[in-house]
Amino acid sequence: MLEIRNLTVKIADEDKQILNGLNLTVNDGEVAAIMGPNGSGKSTLSYVIAGKEDYEVLDGEILLNGENVLEMEADARAAAGIFLAFQYPLEIPGVATMTFLKAAMNAQRKARGEDELLTPDFIKQVNAAADKLGIAKDMLRRPLNVGFSGGEKKRMEILQMALLSPSMCILDETDSGLDIDALRIVAEGVNALRAKNRSFLVITHYQRLLDHIVPDTVHVMSKGRIVKTGGKELALELEKSGYAAYGEAA
Amino acid sequence: MAAVQETIDQVKSIDVTEYKYGFVTEVEVDKPAKGLTEDTVRYISARKNEPAWMLEWRLDAFRRWKTMTEPTWSRVQYPPIDYQDLYYYAAPKTGASPKSLDEVDPAILATYEKLGIPLREQEILAGVAPENRVAVDAVFDSVSVVTTFKEELKKAGVIFCSISEAIQEHPDLVRKYLASVVPVTDNYFATLNSAVFTDGSFVYVPKGVRCPMELSTYFRINEQNTGQFERTLIIADEGAYVSYLEGCTAPKRDENQLHAAVVELIALDDAEIKYSTVQNWFPGDAEGKGGIYNFVTKRGDCRGKRSKISWTQVETGSAITWKYPSCILRGDGSRGEFYSIAVSNGMQQVDSGTKMLHLGRNTTSKIIAKGIAAGKSDSTYRGMVSAHRKATGARNFTNCDSLLIGDQCGAHTIPYIEAKTATAIFEHEATTSKIGEDQLFYCQQRGLSEEEAVALIVNGFVKEVLQQLPMEFAVEAQKLITISLEGSVG
Ligand SMILES: Nc1ncnc2c1ncn2[C@@H]1O[C@H](COP(=O)(O)OP(=O)(O)O)[C@@H](O)[C@H]1O
Ligand SMILES: [Mg+2]
Repeated sequence: MLEIRNLTVKIADEDKQILNGLNLTVNDGEVAAIMGPNGSGKSTLSYVIAGKEDYEVLDGEILLNGENVLEMEADARAAAGIFLAFQYPLEIPGVATMTFLKAAMNAQRKARGEDELLTPDFIKQVNAAADKLGIAKDMLRRPLNVGFSGGEKKRMEILQMALLSPSMCILDETDSGLDIDALRIVAEGVNALRAKNRSFLVITHYQRLLDHIVPDTVHVMSKGRIVKTGGKELALELEKSGYAAYGEAA
Repeated sequence: MAAVQETIDQVKSIDVTEYKYGFVTEVEVDKPAKGLTEDTVRYISARKNEPAWMLEWRLDAFRRWKTMTEPTWSRVQYPPIDYQDLYYYAAPKTGASPKSLDEVDPAILATYEKLGIPLREQEILAGVAPENRVAVDAVFDSVSVVTTFKEELKKAGVIFCSISEAIQEHPDLVRKYLASVVPVTDNYFATLNSAVFTDGSFVYVPKGVRCPMELSTYFRINEQNTGQFERTLIIADEGAYVSYLEGCTAPKRDENQLHAAVVELIALDDAEIKYSTVQNWFPGDAEGKGGIYNFVTKRGDCRGKRSKISWTQVETGSAITWKYPSCILRGDGSRGEFYSIAVSNGMQQVDSGTKMLHLGRNTTSKIIAKGIAAGKSDSTYRGMVSAHRKATGARNFTNCDSLLIGDQCGAHTIPYIEAKTATAIFEHEATTSKIGEDQLFYCQQRGLSEEEAVALIVNGFVKEVLQQLPMEFAVEAQKLITISLEGSVG
């Protein structure tokens, strides 16, 4: 369970406040969507939950299963179960995707006091997960995300999510840059991971993604806070009327 | 992954602000007054009991050097060096040329032990398979203090000793080959070296002999304000093979120290020389104070048909590096290789690269250069590949990659290509990538710590070059690279 209370955040070396007393709860097994116009602070929220250092938390708290994550380094948060599928995944030069995946999985296992994965088990897991997402084997040998298309990068994010099996998955605009077929594959990948002990925070600008990943709850974000919460029908409503009613242009 | 883990553990266990080889050894030394005159040259030559021809050769070099000016074409910047404010010779008083280990000052033996280089053969022998043995020539300031495994090498016909000893014992070989690759007046620093060189290694591998073990020289600058002028000469006769490794460290000192070396390699028909360097001179502190000025001329001559010379270097130290190990591909079908990792951090400046001069027919060369720049450092790769009119069928492949860590450092690639025959095929590839805070955050989000992330990216980047080093040194070099990059991000 993720609980965010009165989260107030500014850019670390500027006077610019972006999150203004944001409150949000995502229960175990819940799929929550956050919708909001560009610039409302959605990516900032995801970065602050994941522990990026460019931001300064002025007030509030973020609890994961009752534990305050604001005191933890980003890698410790990952090991505790937080996963962020980036809006713009980064390129890691010189490191084969396979090598990266193994290093990440073992680092998290080590942080949790578990043994390293055996190579044959690792390869089996990766191949199975990659097949489901339609990721070709030769891509796994290439440096992570280097020269990948936008859609390939997004699939690679979901592959990592599947392999790291986090309890709190945050997807930041995973639909952007995907054509309809890729969108379906990615959504199926996410749906397959839905589980009682796994929560999702699906951030999107458009309703389109939510046709495929059907949320339990929809939150509307504007100017750095949650301004309305409802069921999945709220997304359809927003699609029609736009964000104007919430004090912002669509 | 095991190696990555080892690297991380190693990094964690050390104090990152400390250059761990920065200690000073207290030994009584013998040195002339500061400054450089004809008398200094005579003093050095006399101290080494050199024959008259050697003294004449040095004096000739000295006279020529006085008419030359320091080069300014490189991208490195440093205040003018006052050549009159340096010591040109410093030798431990005890055992300037000891016959056995028992005669070496225990303080010096302890120094090498502390550096991880045991010199007692018995200790090296214990638990090491014969093929993994390494013979060491230990050079302390201006003199070679000891060379190990000499007897065993002699059985195979291999000569491995200090250059001073070679001048006494093998004058014909020295006279035949010295300055036959790097002429006395090749460049300012090479000429200076010719006048005042103090010690270095000499290797001769006779016809058809495969040297039975790795040879290595370990250079240590200990004395203050003392230049180290190393001179190394390696000859592989027809069909011979030798692999040689050079390592270096120096104490932490506030003032800059000068290391101006000349290394010459000669490979005759079907011979092969593999020359590896792991250079870890004191780089200076974070503000750029102190550190070694490393001005080096290294050149290999593939004189024979189908001969091969391969340079591998891992450069992490020195305040300033000015170094271009090169190959002259004279013999038909000869091959030159250059594999390099240059790591710079803090205020370090590196201007390095190679030259491949194709003179013979069907000569081939390969250049793999990996530059990693972090902190406020500046790294330049300068490569020259040329094919002579007669070098038909010459081929070169160059791959030159730069990795920038953070956004305050710089990397530059300056290739020069010159083909005077239409049949030459030269290929050049270059990439620049950057690791910034965003990439590191991405890795951390997947569970890797910042150090693990840097080690993972850097190891992937340098793998191809590390594979060229003998195994034990590859592991050492990998640790060294990670340690040099500690604290380079965030
Ligand atoms: N590191 C940063 N430096 C400066 N401004 C930033 C930074 N991160 C976000 N912002 C600004 O904060 C606001 C919210 O951005 P963001 O969280 O990316 O919104 P969204 O994801 O909802 O489009 C925007 O005005 C954006 O320009
Ligand atoms: Mg965004």
